[in-house]
Amino acid sequence: MIENQGNSVLASEKPSLWRQMLKARWGYTFISPFYILFTIFALYPLGLSIYLAFTRWKGVGSMEFAGLVNFQLIPKDRLFWQSMSNGVIIFFMYVPLMIFLALVLAVVLNSGKVKGFRFFRTLIFLPFVTNMVAAGFAFRILLEQKNGLFNMLLGYIGIPSIPWLENIWWARVSVGLLVLWAWLGYNMVIMLAGLQTIPNDLTEAAKVDGATPIQAFFKITVPLMRPVILFCVITSTIGSFGLFAEVTTLTGGGPANATITPLIRIFGTAFSNYNYGLASAEAYTFFILIFVVAIFQFRMNREES
Amino acid sequence: MINFKKILVNTLLYSMLIGISLFMILPFVWMLSTSFKLQADVFGYPPALIPKSPTLKNYIYIFQNANMIRVLANTLFVSIAATLVSLFFTALGGYGFAKFEFPGKKALFAFLLATMVIPGAVMMVPTFVLMRTFGWIDTFWPLIIPGAANAFGIFFFRQYISSISDELLDAGRIDGASEFGIFWRIILPIISPGMTSLGLLFFMGAWNNYLGPLIYLKSPEKWTITLAINSLIGGAGLTYWGEQMAMSVVSLIPLVIIFLVFQRQFVEGITAGAVKG
Repeated sequence: MIENQGNSVLASEKPSLWRQMLKARWGYTFISPFYILFTIFALYPLGLSIYLAFTRWKGVGSMEFAGLVNFQLIPKDRLFWQSMSNGVIIFFMYVPLMIFLALVLAVVLNSGKVKGFRFFRTLIFLPFVTNMVAAGFAFRILLEQKNGLFNMLLGYIGIPSIPWLENIWWARVSVGLLVLWAWLGYNMVIMLAGLQTIPNDLTEAAKVDGATPIQAFFKITVPLMRPVILFCVITSTIGSFGLFAEVTTLTGGGPANATITPLIRIFGTAFSNYNYGLASAEAYTFFILIFVVAIFQFRMNREES
Repeated sequence: MINFKKILVNTLLYSMLIGISLFMILPFVWMLSTSFKLQADVFGYPPALIPKSPTLKNYIYIFQNANMIRVLANTLFVSIAATLVSLFFTALGGYGFAKFEFPGKKALFAFLLATMVIPGAVMMVPTFVLMRTFGWIDTFWPLIIPGAANAFGIFFFRQYISSISDELLDAGRIDGASEFGIFWRIILPIISPGMTSLGLLFFMGAWNNYLGPLIYLKSPEKWTITLAINSLIGGAGLTYWGEQMAMSVVSLIPLVIIFLVFQRQFVEGITAGAVKG
């Protein structure tokens, strides 16, 4: 009782900001490592790269202020724009298929009608733990045009040998195939978790009302899963533009730069051409564009629902 | 009639599941098979699942000539160090956000969440420049320290720690435990399942990291496993395919075992952010 009164007196006095902060010093102490590390290893570099974007610098020697020169180079930066359009093309090569398959697999496995649920889930998820250097080289062996396994298997059903890594479009398909392989299980697991939040009665009720499972899937499951699908689409968008090991091991960025991604281009500008200023300008242009795309995806989703 | 339809649907379902599973497993099988093949047989026609003349030559080569033990030790060290450092600081931050009230908390947390949208591509060049200023090129530090500022981890642990009752912490305070003592002795044991889930993801991320080591590790005795696998592409189009696949198999064994043992925790870790967030 007495304590309670004491508290209310204190509360009515409204302790000064300084007092509140002193009282909460442990809270600040415990969260401070993040902000300190973040300032050193993220905020400072972010600022530094804005500065770098306005300089001419080979990585050694003195930085030379260059004004907007680097940004003026961006519109004519053919490889950068090619890498951006490659990112878009690779996105369409695998993301729609992957999201659809992930959702279908999740619904099938969640239905409780499949024997060996765990077995299938484990197998489909396994590529997620694989490093992409090993996976990229393994796919390169499988996709070899003359003596690769894929072309042999396709040959059995009468499909002539495909130049998986030699043709610009097929090379993009190959990268998509590898990424689909690597991330299908991840997306399926996310969808499975999302399905747990949908009440089962809804789809059951629809089926009682005479809807086929396919109608129930498109009319009930897909709309209710919209936020989860959006999450998968946005992470895959960022993922497509940030592919690195997958591409350098499988196609080496070729043929004719058809599979280089923005990350590979920026890496090359900085660490192969030693043009740190241009690399920073490219990085910021990339950041702004991808940000706009993500917001656009988000908005579109909100308007539709 | 109904029975016939059911059989048809089941056949379709299981063929899809089995087909996709085969596609998933095939690269692993082929990796394993190639790792026992002679260089001449890797692209022999027709492609053979069972090597024509099985050999252990590739495995002997990577352990004797490619410094495999050293590479594994490096990778293990970096992965464990990065995991422990990140777990400690994210759990601590999560505790701070979950159990303390302080001015500016909302804004600080919003800022933390906002940092998650910065793509790695923007950070690559300036971070490299910073690390060079620190003299950290060709050391393991760049692969261990910056990852400790992990916003997702703090977000994850904040959720987790919020569900712990305040009475438990107050009991600790009455017993005279310091705030850090409460974190160390009361919070950490309770959140250990969460630490397992997130720790597995941190460990996997560090083990499989390629871009980080590629930027920072220069001398071969510092290489981690992804760099070592990549190094077996020889010049002039000569790739040591068998050796490379042997090394790939070695790189996968620890993670596959960890995954099979801790599958549930893995899944909890990756779904925690996606579905709640």
